[in-house]
Amino acid sequence: MTMPFYASAEQVMRDRSEYARKGIARGRSVVVQTYADGVLFVAENTSAALHKVGEIYDRIGFAAVGRYNEFDTLRTGGIRYADLRGYSYDRRDVSGRGLANLYSATLGEIFTNQQKPFEVEICVAEVGETPDGDQLYRLTYDGSVNDFPDFVVMGGQAEAIGALLRESYRHEAALAEAVGVAVKALAGVGGEGGQPREIPATLLEVAVLDRNRPTRKFKRILGAALTPLLPAPPEPEPEPEPETATEETTESSPDGEATS
Amino acid sequence: MAGVAGPGGSLPQHLFTPGVSSFAEFLTQAAPELLPGHRVLPPGSAAGLSPRATTIVAATYADGVLMAGDRRATMGNMIAQRDTEKVYAADDYTLIGVAGTAGVGIEMTRLFQVELEHYEKIEGTQLTLDGKANRLSMLIRNNLGAAMQGLVVIPLFAGYDLDADEAADGGRIFSYDVTGGRHEEHEHAAVGSGSLFARGALKKIWRPRMGRDAIVRASVEALYDAADDDSATGGPDLTRRLFPMVLLATAEGTSRVPDAEIATLAESIVAERTVNPGV
Repeated sequence: MTMPFYASAEQVMRDRSEYARKGIARGRSVVVQTYADGVLFVAENTSAALHKVGEIYDRIGFAAVGRYNEFDTLRTGGIRYADLRGYSYDRRDVSGRGLANLYSATLGEIFTNQQKPFEVEICVAEVGETPDGDQLYRLTYDGSVNDFPDFVVMGGQAEAIGALLRESYRHEAALAEAVGVAVKALAGVGGEGGQPREIPATLLEVAVLDRNRPTRKFKRILGAALTPLLPAPPEPEPEPEPETATEETTESSPDGEATS
Repeated sequence: MAGVAGPGGSLPQHLFTPGVSSFAEFLTQAAPELLPGHRVLPPGSAAGLSPRATTIVAATYADGVLMAGDRRATMGNMIAQRDTEKVYAADDYTLIGVAGTAGVGIEMTRLFQVELEHYEKIEGTQLTLDGKANRLSMLIRNNLGAAMQGLVVIPLFAGYDLDADEAADGGRIFSYDVTGGRHEEHEHAAVGSGSLFARGALKKIWRPRMGRDAIVRASVEALYDAADDDSATGGPDLTRRLFPMVLLATAEGTSRVPDAEIATLAESIVAERTVNPGV
């Protein structure tokens, strides 16, 4: 004779939350922030092929941390939802809010009805015609959804990184400054003895939703396009290097701060 | 993973089914009524129901490939529309033009555009040019039932092949038959009611690796010849300022040749033909 164990609903939910939180905290972090021309995504990612950041629709981007297979299922579902909606109505009828609601319902349903919750945290970002129209929705493993006007940090030591980001974040920052601030915040935790780390460009996944682009606003910033945006390395380099860097980016003053 | 929502769950499961990168395939599960091939038509001919789009030409040139179409849609002996657009960019590097039943053609074009974008977003990479051409085959094949009742759509597909060794070999053209058969065309091709005349004219002007300006002129001239002999193809409309539309696909992407440029070209061609209509 086996007796089913009794566990109170409270206990079950607490256990599931803890399980999901642990899984999410193990990963590396993602920063999503608004800047002058739209929304910037910066993720620390050891893989160049398995993305944490992706395009959903014209004005909508997606970022996630946690288990890859789980958030990729959500990303794919979001693309299908958006394409179906845009195909049956019009491209302008696809909104970030609708997508956030879908994800919220999905994650909530899984959290309550499945054995194991999804160990993911996702951000749905939408770029508007003007900076006031930019929206960032953050969704957690249990389906709760919040929207933020400025930035979202998820995964790893999200709170510590968020605190660092708050210090130097500016809503009207240009792209180079925004990338510098985000990378500096990501590198600010996890170093030896509390020292900032240096994150190589190859471990960074950077993308933007740029409101100045035609129809599809999402764009990855890769390789040669990324290098000039990154904060200069801490050691002073031989002369030619900094010279070319200042020529390429006029708004490189925050880079200078990063070196000090 | 098949049922993320679990038994009795209220969420649409097809959204989260893994392994499907095709939008058309997703639609067969999620919303089959949105697919042109999934509608049951009453018996009998439906040929006269919708306007018909007419002549499209395509030709390769030094930087890639060009596609151009006239602006007329007809219903029997009537002109249904003078300013219709039937050549579109399918994605960043490909062009599609449709001849035949306008309503079905526009629907097929939209579906094809979403199909390509959907794959690109889900897989993180674009289909090869051949892959895109094959997907279009499938969409035409799905329309066969409707085509047999008179709602025929024949597209012309062209694109810049990013896998080409040399830019001059990048432009490729595919034509289709009504059963979805895919045929790669070399140099140039045309579809629609005026296609015989357009291709005949193009054949005489086309040279390997022509420059951009020369090929744009050749295409407008070919459409002029089609309009000259086929009443369903519209020539340049100087009074309403309506001119053929010309799109290009090159290594830099797709672009539409500005109307002002086509207007100047069309005016000079009309002036030339006024002296010698080539009876």
